[in-house]
Order: sequence, then C-alpha cells, then structure tokens
Amino acid sequence: MMSLHQAVALRAPDNGHHRAIEDTHAEPAGPAMVLQGLHKSFGAQAVLRGVNLTVGNGKTLAVLGRSGTGKSVLLKLIVGLQKPDAGSILVHGQEVTTSNVEAMNEIRKTMGFLFQHAALYDSLTVEENVAFPLRRHTKMTASERGDRVKELLASVGMERDLKKMPSDISGGMQKRVGLARALALEPSILLLDEPTAGLDPITSREIDELILKLQEEHDVASIVVTHDLHSAKLIADRIILLHEGNAVIEGTFDELERSGDKFVAEFFKDS
Amino acid sequence: MSDNATIPRPLINSDAPQGTPLIQSPFTSLWSPINGFFEWFGELGIFVWQVMRAAVRRPFEGRELIRQLDEVGSKSLPLVALAGAAIGAVLALESRYSLIRFGAKSMLPAAIVFSIVHETGPVVTGLVVSGRVGAGIGAELGSMKVTEQIDAIEASGVNPYKLLAFTRILACILMLPLLTLAADFCGVVTGWVATTLAEPLSLRLFMHAGFGGTSFSDFLAPTFRTAVFGLIIGVIACFQGMRSQGGTEGVGRSATSSVVLSSLFVILADVVLVKMILVFFP
Repeated sequence: MMSLHQAVALRAPDNGHHRAIEDTHAEPAGPAMVLQGLHKSFGAQAVLRGVNLTVGNGKTLAVLGRSGTGKSVLLKLIVGLQKPDAGSILVHGQEVTTSNVEAMNEIRKTMGFLFQHAALYDSLTVEENVAFPLRRHTKMTASERGDRVKELLASVGMERDLKKMPSDISGGMQKRVGLARALALEPSILLLDEPTAGLDPITSREIDELILKLQEEHDVASIVVTHDLHSAKLIADRIILLHEGNAVIEGTFDELERSGDKFVAEFFKDS
Repeated sequence: MSDNATIPRPLINSDAPQGTPLIQSPFTSLWSPINGFFEWFGELGIFVWQVMRAAVRRPFEGRELIRQLDEVGSKSLPLVALAGAAIGAVLALESRYSLIRFGAKSMLPAAIVFSIVHETGPVVTGLVVSGRVGAGIGAELGSMKVTEQIDAIEASGVNPYKLLAFTRILACILMLPLLTLAADFCGVVTGWVATTLAEPLSLRLFMHAGFGGTSFSDFLAPTFRTAVFGLIIGVIACFQGMRSQGGTEGVGRSATSSVVLSSLFVILADVVLVKMILVFFP
C-alpha cells in the first residue's frame, strides 16, 4: 500500500490534472456546516429532537451514540437525501432544506459521502465506481480520469483491484473504494458514516490518518459517525453524543471522558 | 474521571416537540387499505412528476439510454419472437377448424393476420415484456435502493430519476412497438407454416389473402398503442423498484409487484385503447 504521505501528496494543488476538476466550491468564509434545531421523525418515532451543531472549516466532528439514535439520519439530512421536519442546515452559508434540486446538486459536489456499507454501484467495476463522479462533474479526458482514479485508489491501498467488481472484494475493501469515490471531487466537506467499521486495525488507523491529513492540509471539514472511540479520539477536534434524539453533550474527547453525566460516563467507560 | 472536569456545553433542547402518538380506532384499520390505495397513486403521481422534471434537463444520459435499449429490446427479442410464433401457430390450428365448420376456410389467412396484428401481437408482447423487463427493473432498482446505491447516486449530485428511471421508461416506450412488429412477423410466419402443413398454401397467396383487406392504419394504431404499454411497464417497474424497502425480501416484493401491477395496467390500458382506436380509426 502507498504510504499516507504519498497518498495525501496526490491531492496537492499542483498536481496537473486536478485543474480539470471544476471549481465548484468557493473559499468559504464562515463555518462549513451549521445545523440548528433539527427535528426528524419517522411516523410516530422521533429520531432527532432539536439537534444543534457547528463544524468549522478544517475541523472534524465525531458523532457518537447508541445504535438507532439518528446518527446516519443526521448525515443524510445534511446531504439532502432526507428532509428534516423542522430546523435549518447551512452548508457554506447555503440553506440545504429549502434548496431546489439543481442548487442541492451544486452543494453536493462540494461534499464527499461515505456510506455505512460503502454503497458501491454493483454493476460497475472498482475503477468505474471511483470514476463515476469524475465522469459526471468534470471535463477530464479519459486518460486524466484514469490517472486520477489510480491515484485515488492508491491512496486507499486498492490500486491492484481496478478491474474487480464490488461483489469480488471484501466489505473492508469496499469501504476503502467508497472513501476513494468520496474524495474524487476534492470535497471541502466529508461526511463519513462509520468509516472504520469492519476494517482491520491497520487499515482503520490508515483511514484515520488519511482523514487527519485531509483536515490538516486541505481544510476539509468532516463529520464522522462512529462507534470507534479510539478513532474518534484520534481524528475528532470535537465530539458530540446523541441520545434519545438530542445532542446531550459536546466537547473534546478529554472533556467528555471527564464528564460527570451518567450516560456519558457509561459510554466512555471502556475508552 | 475527576470532579473538576471542564463542563461541556449542554445541548438538550427542552422545548423539543414529542412524537405524535398514533390514534388507534376501528376506522383506522377499516380505512387503511383505502388510504394505502390513494397513497400509492399519490406517490406514483409525484414520481412521474419528478421523472418528467428531470427528463427535460441536461445531460440527457445517452449512454445509459443505449444500454437500456439493448437491455429492454435486444434481450427481450428472443422471448417475444417465440411467444409471437407460438400464438401464430395456435391461432392457425384453432381457427382452421372453426372456419371450416362455418364454411369460411378462405378467410383463414385474414383471420390470422387481423387477430395477430390487432390484438394478440400487441397484448402478448406487452405481457411478455412486463414479465421479463418489469421483474428485471423492479429487482435491479429495488436492490439498488436497499443497498443505498440510489442514495449514493443522489449524494454525488446526479439525479437518479433521470439516470435510472427516465432512461428505462424511454427505452420501454421506444422498444415495445419494435418488439410488437417482431412478434407480429413471427406470428404471421408460423401461422402460414401451420396452415400450409394442414393444407399446402403458398406464402405469396397467404400474404395476399391475409393482408389484402387491411390498410396502413390497421397496423399503425395497434402497434403504437404498445408504446403506451411500454410507458406503463417502465413507470410501474421503476416506481416499485425505487420505493423498495426492507432488504432482500423487499427486493422480491418489488419485483413481484412490478410484474403484477404492470401486467394488470397493460390489460386495463388495452381495453381503453382498443375503444379509443375504434373511435379514432373506425
């Protein structure tokens, strides 16, 4: 596998064909994401009950919580896959909840989304999966696109599996390809739904370090939904803990670890 | 954990609304199937509107359309041709004895051609395609839905209603008339073969007798009504697939309901369209 330093270097702005990627994201002035009073219910079940959070540029927020507390729903609301019942979502100052399809698609181009189970297109090869957003949203030539795909796959250690179908690779490998696809358009925001779940400890650490590098060198703002406390400790500037539809606490890992709240203490017991 | 830990920012909103409790009454259970019926049509209407909105915006997804034309057209051709051929042969064998009984044996070629071109060819093609393509689209899109692939397409800034639904619906609309022509051709040919096996008759004479009393409009309206069948099959299958939920079981339900509903609506549309054709092309 290519080292992380090499991998991140591939994203450097002086890399020739990166210029072919359309500049869809202007340099943001305010916070990358501001969520205020988010409510979301499914039938009678209220999943989110007034969640507020802010993520600054280049910052990483980890979202923790028990299963079924609406962590993944939160990410889907930000990317506009679901509509909140109430509340506001600002992405680089643009309101997501009232945007039409075209405006929303422009916002989405500035975001990379890694799904919980990778969600690779099973009729396309690994290479075609990563090329998908490039083919749709850039004016790259086939050769430029091919080089870019190889670089992205090398950055997650999948450069030898270009021609394989998603069904022919393991769940962990699928997640790495999903991450490469999420990074394809050089997003300024990354939404990662359990990026290290199902990965071996070495790959998990490499993914964590890759996220850190992106944060440090490219000001990528990230929201990472995870159950992995070690990962949260390593990559997150701040952590938010969801419980019964509310963000019960927000702070750094150390702050949360020292919290006197019973639920928080229970959650961080084994950290 | 120390007592003098930094107090993190509490974020609980005390004024958060609570979930609305379900009102359970006898009326709820009584009216729920009716509600479900209207809800289905409402969602179908919204789906069609979203597809139409997406269809008129660039890019036009030419590559995917060609792939779907191949999927719907070329790959359905053998089955449709076989079904058409079987119907032609059966029609010839069954009609022959009936017509002999009424002393109208000379009408056999015309009866076969008229029956195939007007009704049997279009309906058989519609039902065969709703089975093969409806199930395929329902299962494929259903699988993509439950594995979040459709969400991934949308999250990457691509409209799935255009990329997945519109291309499949348009492919069905375009290919159904062509497949119907293939079914008609095979039916007429096997009709002649079955006739001539019972009593030798040249192909030229069969064609002359069969097509002698027909006009161009006799072919046009019945054949092009299958474009409406294609619209129905494409819309129902894409809709059922894209609203799939509940894992592999949900995918199975989507595939089954795509076939059942598209076949049902093809038959209902056939009744309406036949009446309309009789009114506009008397």
